[in-house]
Amino acid sequence: MIPLLRKEFLIEWRAREALATALLTGLLLLVVLSFAFDPTSPLRREAAPGAFWVTVVFSGVLAIGRSFVADRENDCLQGLLLAPLDRGTIFLAKVFAQTAFLLAAQLLLVPLFIVFFDLPLSAHLLPWLLALVLVGVGLSAAGILLAAIAVQTRAKEILLPLLLVPLAVPLLLAGLRVSQRAFAGKPLGEAVAWLHLAVGFDVIVLVVGWLLFEYVVED
Amino acid sequence: MSNEREIVTLVELRGVAKRYGPQWALVEVDLRCGRAESIALLGPNGAGKSTLLRILAGVTRPTRGRILWGGQEVALASASWGRKRIGFVGHRSFLYTSLSVRENLMLYASLYGLANPAQRVAELLGRFGLSFVQDRAVSHLSRGLEQRAALARALLHDPELLLLDEPFTGLDVEACAALMELLREERARGVSVVLATHDFQVAEALCERVVILVGGKFEHDGPLPASVESVYQAVVAARRQALA
Repeated sequence: MIPLLRKEFLIEWRAREALATALLTGLLLLVVLSFAFDPTSPLRREAAPGAFWVTVVFSGVLAIGRSFVADRENDCLQGLLLAPLDRGTIFLAKVFAQTAFLLAAQLLLVPLFIVFFDLPLSAHLLPWLLALVLVGVGLSAAGILLAAIAVQTRAKEILLPLLLVPLAVPLLLAGLRVSQRAFAGKPLGEAVAWLHLAVGFDVIVLVVGWLLFEYVVED
Repeated sequence: MSNEREIVTLVELRGVAKRYGPQWALVEVDLRCGRAESIALLGPNGAGKSTLLRILAGVTRPTRGRILWGGQEVALASASWGRKRIGFVGHRSFLYTSLSVRENLMLYASLYGLANPAQRVAELLGRFGLSFVQDRAVSHLSRGLEQRAALARALLHDPELLLLDEPFTGLDVEACAALMELLREERARGVSVVLATHDFQVAEALCERVVILVGGKFEHDGPLPASVESVYQAVVAARRQALA
């Protein structure tokens, strides 16, 4: 696992593919969405959770879509498959690395988001950030599995968002409900159940992905 | 014949078939490869050579049939110990272009669980004349150097069987000769070789047995003839005539 993680981070450090994609797309979406609402309208704050998760999902999907670029060049994925290691390990390494890239990009966007949407500093940041981590893990795990399928098809660019966005709906709802309460400065209350849902989603996609990855990548 | 040596089977395919959608890439193939034996796998494009090599390498699951290592059957799911015994070189190098030669070899050495990866990598870099480009990104290597690095990658774990899928594709004469010399050294060290190629001269220079595959079936399997090309042309013509 460690050599694979080291490889993922080294390639990302040199190419900055995932981070730059997620960061730039996220920034662009934040700017466009912040322009969509009147700065003086209370609607702006109400729309903030939705705007934030739209940004996370679309920038995440684009970054995940680039996750197999280095592995496809020179057929490197085949090289990894030839090695005597559990193929689920390749999946887990890619998920951990992708989650780290997504979270790094989102954490850079959070301060901008607070400014653009004029969020009160009394907002409960911790549950919001926890939801961000849980959504990041689930989105990456489901995304890497689906990207491994999509990369073998001719319509890879369009197939990944078509499969991933509907699958990620429970995660998005969880993120949305938690951040609605967090931005309003309210304690989590019944929104805790949504965090549990996100944890459940993450565990399921991680286990399913780990078990299925071998079959997805072989001929 | 007195010069015939007894061949101990290393790996064996029994009744192996592979289907992609409605198309059979391999049809009931039996192949036995002995220790220190070298086999040239010839055939027109789409004959199933690459599929056969990929099945031997454990990266493609056969639709039917069995793979035996030293007489023991291996399932793909538990084939990792079999993969430790195989080195694979294709026309693509399997090397990450943004990593240096050394970083690539260290990655694969770690994945193969070598006890002292740094020492083994240094040894191979020296032996393959790659020390002077060890810190250069693979994207900045010539095709010849990249293919040499690919062979170093395939030999990191001292495999017993080397699978070569048209490794000379795109190489100039000098690079071909250098790679050929390295492969001869491996042969001399007792490594078994299965080489898929379209180049009759390469087959004659490296192999002692010739297998001709046409339309997913073995049409010829025998010792190296005086002229590989004439046997190949006769076999392919006979097969085409039979189909006509």
